[in-house]
Amino acid sequence: MNAAFLATLSLELLPAQLRDMVTGWLPEPWRWLVNSILAIAVILASFGLLFAYLTLAERKILGRVQNRPGPNRTGYFGLLQPFADGVKALTKEDIVPRGADHLLHFLAPVALLAFSIMTFAVLPFGRNLVAVELDAGVLYFFAAGAATELAVFMAGWASHNKYSLLAAMRALAQLISYELPLLLSFVPVIMIAGSLSTQEIVHRQSGWMFGFVPQWHVLTPWGFAGFAIFMTAALAESNRSPFDLPEAESELIAGHLTEYSGFKYALFFMAEYFGMCALCGMAVTLFLGGWQAPLPFLEFIPSYVWFATKMLTLLLGFIWVRCTFPRLRIDQLTRFAWKFLVPLALINLGTTAFWSLTSGWTGGLQIARWLVAIALVVIPFQLIGRKLSAGLGPRTYRYA
Amino acid sequence: MSANDFSPLAPQAGSHVREVHDPLHGELLEVSMGPHHPSTHGVFRMIVTLDGERVMKLKPVFGYLHRNHEKIAENTTYLGSMPYTDRLDYLCSMTNNWAYAIAVEKLSGQPVPERAEYVRVILAEITRLLNHTCLAGFLMQDCGCSGTPLMYAFREREKILDLFESLSGSRMMCNYQRFGGCRVDPSADWLDGARKLTDNYGRFLDEFETLLTGNEIIMARTQGVGALSPELAINAGVTGPMLRATGVNYDLRKVDAYGVYSRFDFRVPLGAHGDVYDRYMIRVLEMRESIKILQQALATIPAGPIMDPKAKLRGFRPKAGEAYGRIEGPKGEIGFYLVSDGSPNPYRYRVRPPSFVNLTVLEDMCLGQTIADAVIILGSVDIVLGEVDR
Amino acid sequence: MLGTGLLKGLGVTAKNFVGSYHDPERYTTIEYPEVKPKLPEAYRNFPFLVTENAMDPMGTLRCVACQICEKECPPQCIYIEKSKDKKPDASGKMQIYPAIFDIDTSVCMSCQICVEVCPFDAIKMDQVFEIATTDRYDALLLRREQLAKPNSYYQSIHPTEAAEVDGRLAADRKAAEEKAKAAAAAKAAAAKAAAAAPAAEAPKTPPPAA
Repeated sequence: MNAAFLATLSLELLPAQLRDMVTGWLPEPWRWLVNSILAIAVILASFGLLFAYLTLAERKILGRVQNRPGPNRTGYFGLLQPFADGVKALTKEDIVPRGADHLLHFLAPVALLAFSIMTFAVLPFGRNLVAVELDAGVLYFFAAGAATELAVFMAGWASHNKYSLLAAMRALAQLISYELPLLLSFVPVIMIAGSLSTQEIVHRQSGWMFGFVPQWHVLTPWGFAGFAIFMTAALAESNRSPFDLPEAESELIAGHLTEYSGFKYALFFMAEYFGMCALCGMAVTLFLGGWQAPLPFLEFIPSYVWFATKMLTLLLGFIWVRCTFPRLRIDQLTRFAWKFLVPLALINLGTTAFWSLTSGWTGGLQIARWLVAIALVVIPFQLIGRKLSAGLGPRTYRYA
Repeated sequence: MSANDFSPLAPQAGSHVREVHDPLHGELLEVSMGPHHPSTHGVFRMIVTLDGERVMKLKPVFGYLHRNHEKIAENTTYLGSMPYTDRLDYLCSMTNNWAYAIAVEKLSGQPVPERAEYVRVILAEITRLLNHTCLAGFLMQDCGCSGTPLMYAFREREKILDLFESLSGSRMMCNYQRFGGCRVDPSADWLDGARKLTDNYGRFLDEFETLLTGNEIIMARTQGVGALSPELAINAGVTGPMLRATGVNYDLRKVDAYGVYSRFDFRVPLGAHGDVYDRYMIRVLEMRESIKILQQALATIPAGPIMDPKAKLRGFRPKAGEAYGRIEGPKGEIGFYLVSDGSPNPYRYRVRPPSFVNLTVLEDMCLGQTIADAVIILGSVDIVLGEVDR
Repeated sequence: MLGTGLLKGLGVTAKNFVGSYHDPERYTTIEYPEVKPKLPEAYRNFPFLVTENAMDPMGTLRCVACQICEKECPPQCIYIEKSKDKKPDASGKMQIYPAIFDIDTSVCMSCQICVEVCPFDAIKMDQVFEIATTDRYDALLLRREQLAKPNSYYQSIHPTEAAEVDGRLAADRKAAEEKAKAAAAAKAAAAKAAAAAPAAEAPKTPPPAA
């Protein structure tokens, strides 16, 4: 055990040690309470800061993709922009339409934010960093996540605005459509891991193939398919482009946010980003090996850094997708979920079953196992994809 | 009434309209989109009656930007109306200028020197590039791209506007054409700049098309949406890319062969479905043909005067009579009808605005489609409210 | 395969993201108040009145208040009142001058028609565009004192056009001087002839006016 490893160990354990420093002098019966409060405070603070800079990063990246600088006036490099926005949101007038249901109009952003923060409880941010060790952590996560759409519907209904109402209807359709592929896409992970606990799922992805390839789920055929479906559904769940139908700005002005201003609007915005972060964190946990390092010699970097890196990469992917894609129409959105994602996710269950049953195969059989699994993923994708895009395609034009 | 009643390719006008309060099918929702809606391209208003997301009725309302253009023109000199034509379709001031100049030249029998004709063709085709690029950007913005294609379109537009600015002194309100020629002679530097733009534009279009044309979401959103039949298009007087997207071969550059268009080799792309995707693609293909015209025109532009030396600027009084001058603007046939009574002001001045006429088929295209489609159908019509309301 | 178009699109946006850092063709933003854009020579915005002498702008206006621009201005933003008296212009000829020359820049659309119709090259297009004021009415109505700018300013903003105008004016002036000289010479000759004539014979009719 050399000095470098000790240093790693102390870095790895730093969050827990800091916590113990604070709570160590408390009498034992009180510690759990202060520990929980501390965990909540740390999660809120770090994700609040992440939210602030994620909005800036999104605007900067969107700007650069669109060949313009993005915000660069407040502070060096625009670094104070999120705080300027925060001050602006706080000082703006809070307008409630006269016909609105005042209670629901007020409750919607609060409920949305509460539900999206609740999801952070079960995310394993590091080797020993999880706020609540739940046996059914994954189930809890998706239950809390699904409730956020309800808040969107509340906002749309309570605003007493036709655009908001249309957005609320869209949000419900989207919720019902995409909850199913989202849930089906991670069932294979639970089949393989045999547990609903997030820490357990991460531990199951540890170890190295040939000594250096990580055994993450995403590196298997079924895992890759599951990851793709999960991320697509996650885009829809977090109302991001190309599935941002509830707040489709070219059609519904701002959708369910039309009648919100000032701080309530900021809360919606915050909750949307929290939801996005939580879903990306869950994707990391389920498919990308959670807080584990991608290569053996990189294990000296603390686990929470790896979790953050992976999550940020996925978030950047979300931003990149937003820069590029147009929006789907609501009927196409639901058709995509029911006729494409759900069948693929169901087939993926079969693929996973095959994968888990053939785990004993070795040698040539191992190669056959891979080939069959890949075929089970690619062929349905091709067939169903062709069915889905029937009648659409590039056209040739004649000239007079 | 089921969803199958709404075949996207054959919306029958009027057949889906029912009472707003129908106890059997629930209430219809009447939404007033505009005049300050993000995607109505200015101050246009659509009163749409929705059944869920389906458009059952659509009533366009316009006139919010009415500026009395025709009456003002009847009270100013012939020359004085030229800067006002810039403000009709403020994306294509060069073609508006040309159409008006052609009308006045017909009225007064004013000849135009050859170099000026070439410069006019060059400017008109650059304007077509400008307009179609911007339209594609706006259309994709309506489809929900977070501004990316629009910003790329505007990046290229900026280069074109710089060219316009260095020639005419203004980026958008060029006021460049005169009766009997053009105001300023383009320098050799300017022509080199135009050549450089033309040579680089193909590469930009390739990249733009890679981003958009093959995009599955865009194909899903636009193919089969807002189909217009050739019969209806002809009956309604639709012109321009919108008419050609339905498969009707009608391009004034070929039909009238005004200016020096007969000297250039170019083709007219024709669509087959008349839907939004066809309208977008016809415009992209037209841009490629415009590049060809530009290359030929810039290679063969003759030397000579830019203005007819006999052309009169002050005290211009055409003899009594009437004339209709039209050209193939980027949006369609833009025409000016003038009646002269021999005085310095026209007796009657009338604009045939392409986007206004093309807008008349909006309801027929939107019925039975969803509200999201209505937005992109409006986007694909390519309207500029300055021209619609005049 | 479904999704290839989407992946290609992602490639294009990635290329633009990277390109905006190193390719000036892709990153065309000019951050305006710090970096001023270079205006092309032809750029035009709002007219001004040309004066010959910067020391005495009101005395050497080229404008002779002929009111052609006032009549031709499409939005009718020019208001001119002629002077009652005459003043010598740059070439020394007695001319009427504008007692009042107002341009309402809140109405002006910078169409340049006043410049084109002016037979005296007295009104030209300016290049100022930072004209924002807090007063909508009076501050935007430019008087002749604010409009008058010297010819050297005109030469600095539109060099090619100004050189052409100056050449033309100089040629006109030269022609006028020569004409005046010729006329003076003819007059002198006629006077001489007239003076010589009475010496020869008694005049029956007065000599014709030169």
